[in-house]
Amino acid sequence: MDPELINDCVHCGFCLPTCPTYVLWGEEMDSPRGRIHLMRQHVEGTPLTPEMAGHFDACLGCMACVTACPSGVRYDRLIEQTRAEVERTHVRRPDDRALRAVVFQLFPYPRRLRAMRLPLRLSAGLRRRIAPRLERINPSMAAMAELAPAVPARVRLPRRVEARGRRRATVGMLTGCVQGEFFPQVNAATARVLALEGCEVVIPPSQGCCGALSLHSGLQGQAERFARRTIAAFERAGVDTVVVNAAGCGSTMKEYAEILEGEWADRARAIRTVDLTEYLAELGPAAERHPLPLTVAYHDACHLAHAQGIRSQPRQLLTAIPDLELREISESSICCGSAGTYNLFQPEAARELGDRKAERVLATGADLLVSANPGCTMQITSAIRRRGAGALPVAHIAQVLDASLRGLPGVP
Amino acid sequence: MGTKTPDGLVRRLLESLDHRAVITDPVRLRTYECDGLTHHRATPGVVVLPETAEQIAAVVRVCNEYGVPFVARGAGTGLSGGALPRTDGVLIVTSRMRRILSVDVADRRAVVEPGVTNLAITEAVRDLGYYYAPDPSSQQVCTIGGNVAENSGGAHCLKYGFTVNHVLALEIVTPDGDIVELSNTDPGYDLLGAFVGSEGTLGIATKITVRLTRAPETVTTLLAAFDGIEQGGQAVSAIIGGGIVPAAIEMMDALAIEAAEAAVACAYPEGAGAVLIVELDGPVPEVTHQFDEVTRICRENGAFELRVAADPAERAAIWKGRKSAFAAVGRISPAYIVQDGVVPRTALPEVLASIDRLSREYGIRVANVFHAGDGNLHPLVLFDDAEAGAGERAELVSGKILDLCVEHGGSITGEHGVGVDKSRYMPKMFSDNDLDTMQLVRCAFDPRGLSNPGKVFPTPRLCGEVPGVRKGVHPLVESGQAEQF
Repeated sequence: MDPELINDCVHCGFCLPTCPTYVLWGEEMDSPRGRIHLMRQHVEGTPLTPEMAGHFDACLGCMACVTACPSGVRYDRLIEQTRAEVERTHVRRPDDRALRAVVFQLFPYPRRLRAMRLPLRLSAGLRRRIAPRLERINPSMAAMAELAPAVPARVRLPRRVEARGRRRATVGMLTGCVQGEFFPQVNAATARVLALEGCEVVIPPSQGCCGALSLHSGLQGQAERFARRTIAAFERAGVDTVVVNAAGCGSTMKEYAEILEGEWADRARAIRTVDLTEYLAELGPAAERHPLPLTVAYHDACHLAHAQGIRSQPRQLLTAIPDLELREISESSICCGSAGTYNLFQPEAARELGDRKAERVLATGADLLVSANPGCTMQITSAIRRRGAGALPVAHIAQVLDASLRGLPGVP
Repeated sequence: MGTKTPDGLVRRLLESLDHRAVITDPVRLRTYECDGLTHHRATPGVVVLPETAEQIAAVVRVCNEYGVPFVARGAGTGLSGGALPRTDGVLIVTSRMRRILSVDVADRRAVVEPGVTNLAITEAVRDLGYYYAPDPSSQQVCTIGGNVAENSGGAHCLKYGFTVNHVLALEIVTPDGDIVELSNTDPGYDLLGAFVGSEGTLGIATKITVRLTRAPETVTTLLAAFDGIEQGGQAVSAIIGGGIVPAAIEMMDALAIEAAEAAVACAYPEGAGAVLIVELDGPVPEVTHQFDEVTRICRENGAFELRVAADPAERAAIWKGRKSAFAAVGRISPAYIVQDGVVPRTALPEVLASIDRLSREYGIRVANVFHAGDGNLHPLVLFDDAEAGAGERAELVSGKILDLCVEHGGSITGEHGVGVDKSRYMPKMFSDNDLDTMQLVRCAFDPRGLSNPGKVFPTPRLCGEVPGVRKGVHPLVESGQAEQF
């Protein structure tokens, strides 16, 4: 933990109301200002106690505090450094350790995730029935069973998708782990939208995890390994721009130059990472938008709105669709509780935040929720299901654009 | 647990509070060691997070039982150390009491718990066409309970008045643990007026009835750039002297602009030695007329660029630079002191020139941000805490600025309160007899001196923490004008 970064905090407290855990519990040590104070205590010699580690673990890493901070404190860097320190020095309880091992050996590996598809497919209904019983044994396992979506058929993406009409650009595309395995239809829609807008899309089959889950959980080594591999994959594909449709992955890839050193940092800088909505807004529309008579609510993913500062572009793309009405969700800057692996490791807090978000989403009266991140999609879907208020369909913004560009009657 | 609190105290607290609402772990306790003023620190003995007035009353009664002092804290954003904990005491944090209990637009009032943020009240009634007028720059964070304790102001207090003008009734827990209601319609002494601004020394507000103000028909925000603060100051004098009462007139000097620019990229006019933000609100014809007057006065006093906010987004952009100025200074200086003083508006140019002299004499940079309309200065005294002696020099400059305020017939605080930071300056403004009289009021509420002791007053007197410090009978008692309790 860099003392210089810690000293940037002037203790003004502007971060407090933006912090999801402060909103839930109203405690100083579960606010960004309080956590920075704990970091300071540790740097000044206080050993990392289990209580202290608990408050760091309880941070969602949503970065809403970074947006709110007038002093420019790099809380994002600080919490990453702190999590790495926690992993190095803090001895976790055996059940916590086992769960973490499963998650970090499973999620960042698309092939292993794929192996999970079969059991998940057989038991979508069963899973939800056993979730309450699992809850008593281990809340994290219950959360996992409850969150995983029904798995659609696999979609095999070609290595290269030609641009429709005049070619305006050539871009690489990240397929991601959870996005690729649980939401392949989102990747297919992303590729189609880019092609319809005149982009040649290059999809290297050798790409793996971008390293986001590991980086956000303090597994520095694993994160660096994944980062280097991702850079190499896109270098081989010969692209200098990579379009990403998962907010968490995009924000991590934009940080590559900061987390890697030397030659690799330079190589990271040579590749430009852009979020799909950021890229489309910058490119400007070429294809015709067909009407979609829908009322949609747009959910700000933290790693898009706070980490990448992308708020206006998705709204701009949605409102440009004829007949589509966009509604705002109140308290939109507060995290839904998904936050990467948070809903697996901190299921109680995640559930409270999910319920809070579901309530506000439903209050908009929209008939479709648009999300730009697979984690948020799973989290909000399961929170809405829990309320038993009838399902609200959730789609990625790429699917909405795809439907409009292709003139489909609705979002599939 | 805090080693300085008596045995059994925590057990007694747990009788009325959940174990998650009583903090005794030393690492956790330390996160409460200071509020927004970080150079005064004290780790509290125990922290409690009550959710009801009854729980606060129970905690206060336990404190009385053990003779232990207690301090109330909201969001911990205060800038005078008013919520500085006691190592031998209990810190009562209201951050979990954040319900808006009722909104009554017909009667133009809302009833809220003390932990509700200032801005949350406005957000709750905005769609109904109302707002809560006092607007401290920390309004999205600071709590209404803290606003009541400090009688907080804000940019718009020039026209609309301070917290005291917007609180209609209070439910308080008295320093001996009773729950009492005070209202501005009570006959007799204005106890509500005495309580607002008492900085936690007369008890803890547990329910606040605030006045809701009708949103004005129109708002016009204007940004004027000047070569220096002198011209800006003259423009302010001319505007107020011309009989115009804007909703707000704020001024920032070059250094403050630089900080705000670095923090929020507010894009104020380049090369400005000072900017003036003037906001006019009210009925359309009145605002139109005032706007013409203000622009004319600004130009006559040398404004080289005038910008008018065309929509709410541009208005917010103009204010963003001003409202984030305090914390933004963190971008251009490793450490700083936010000072708060008042001078008569007419003395502004002279005082600012003297501050500039002090700054050069001690080699300490001072950025100026102020509510120009009512002469409330917020000099930001910048220093590098890694440099030996810099902190002391900054403290010295900061203190001398207050001397200037008092010399010019002003005050040592406009809106941040006295707290622990300025209690030593109180004798510069008040005689011993004045201070003793204040103590009589305090003793009427808090005879045992348990409610936020060590704040506001320089040394304990009369009934306070150390009985018998004063020798002889108080002059007011002697002359038969007061009775000692």
